Amino acid sequence: MNGPDLRGAAAIVGVAESDLGEVGPDRYAVDLAAQAAAAALAEAGLSTRDVDGLFCAIAGRGMAPLDVAEYLGVRPRYTDGTMVGGSSFVSHLYHAALAIAAGACEVALIVYGSTARSDSGRGRLAMGPPELPSYEAAYRPRMPITGYALAAARHMHQYGTTRAHLAEVAVAARRWAMLNPKAFARDPLTVEDVLAARIVSSPLSTLDCCLVTDGGGAVVVTGADRARDLPRPPVYLLGAGEAHWHRSISQMPDLTVTAATDSSARAYAMAKVGPADVDVVQLYDAFTINTVMFLEDLGFCAKGEGGDFVSGGRIAPGGALPVNTNGGGLSYCHPGMYGIFTLIEAARQLRGEAGDRQRPGATIALAHGNGGQFSSQVTAILGTEQSL
Amino acid sequence: MTELAPHRGYTDRLAASIEGTAGAAGAESAEGTVPFQRCDDCRAAVFYPRTLCPACGSTRLSWSRSAGLGTVYSASVLSPRDGLPYPVVLVDLDEGFRMMSTVVGVPADEVRIGTRVRARVEPDGPRVVFTVLAAEGDDEEEA
Repeated sequence: MNGPDLRGAAAIVGVAESDLGEVGPDRYAVDLAAQAAAAALAEAGLSTRDVDGLFCAIAGRGMAPLDVAEYLGVRPRYTDGTMVGGSSFVSHLYHAALAIAAGACEVALIVYGSTARSDSGRGRLAMGPPELPSYEAAYRPRMPITGYALAAARHMHQYGTTRAHLAEVAVAARRWAMLNPKAFARDPLTVEDVLAARIVSSPLSTLDCCLVTDGGGAVVVTGADRARDLPRPPVYLLGAGEAHWHRSISQMPDLTVTAATDSSARAYAMAKVGPADVDVVQLYDAFTINTVMFLEDLGFCAKGEGGDFVSGGRIAPGGALPVNTNGGGLSYCHPGMYGIFTLIEAARQLRGEAGDRQRPGATIALAHGNGGQFSSQVTAILGTEQSL
Repeated sequence: MTELAPHRGYTDRLAASIEGTAGAAGAESAEGTVPFQRCDDCRAAVFYPRTLCPACGSTRLSWSRSAGLGTVYSASVLSPRDGLPYPVVLVDLDEGFRMMSTVVGVPADEVRIGTRVRARVEPDGPRVVFTVLAAEGDDEEEA
């Protein structure tokens, strides 16, 4: 069951966010996607005319690649609209490397936009076609939070994880955000604040939940040979893996174990590295329990030990393992599908551009995307020239 | 045999349960039992209802009825700003499938993981809800 060998075959050569936070009612998801695309391409020394591979997902837009290609005026010869929730863009990176290695495209643009925050002021978009009727609606779960809350409750029951452990995750994210001028939430936060916050779906409180912001992001990928001729130091894809086992939380086999166990095993095997080699971690923290469970499933600690692992500032600034150095979905930016921001921050760390939050000498970064209700899991391992 | 729309098979059978408890002779008189499918080939319990077995890929699925006894696998209490708190639970039925539901008859924050529960069909939906098994016989027969 060997996966493809893509180690070092492709590299990220440009990354950018759009305007973040709250952009107001006059701009839409595709506007932010295009703004991010322009900035990422400019950083790469490329333009829309160079793009021949397009990878994109936008919530509520079933033909997002067509919307974005038309808006940008690109005519891709390879298009991938894989939509697996917030993990989509890490999946796109993997797929882009495959497409580039196969010769299907040369310059891949991965792009995302959302106005989730500003949308609340202009009324909901019409829903799409009906899905398979779900018997679950009668029980009024508030999704996605109740799905993650059920996992958190089970993890606490099985392993003695506490709300204080979860609060440590929120506090670490906030401390990183205080070092990131682009972060949305930068006020000081304590464990006591999190424990005192209103419970929405037990055991999760409002401060265990990600932000709702606007925002877009873009990542430009090309083959290793071309990457070396471009302005920025290439950030190589060393390994990638994806896995999903369920869609709805009631179908998740074990609520304490995610498919990140599989996705990360595949990524580590391709990259020929292990968790001990990783200098900096960017993972999808839609809720505080995500960070705890992903650090276990990505191999940074044993199953059930995530709560203790995140305590004592270990994942915060100055800690042994920097996690979510931008402030994460909890404190930096969360427009609904956060995965692309894990790639952007990982690339900045490996280029040494992360300012006050820089992990000195970082050569290997792990980016992990999550989609649905702990459903889709995609892991990418990135490295500098030195890591090859 | 498989059916064209298994989710309808589920709701129709739940509705029949309610009629059955109302005393309709010959109906599937099955208070508290939960319709689910079993694979004719690998015997896996299948829920929610489907046209194909997710364990082995067989399309030979037959309806069966759970006795309605199970164990709370996980629980979360939702606290809406404008309403009473209510629990959402995942229950592992003894026949080997898991479903989302709620527990009635006890305060929401007293629903514990590991609690033994029994199913009941409510006309509302119709839907399956659970009561705490230990409480049965005393004050559990609330409205």
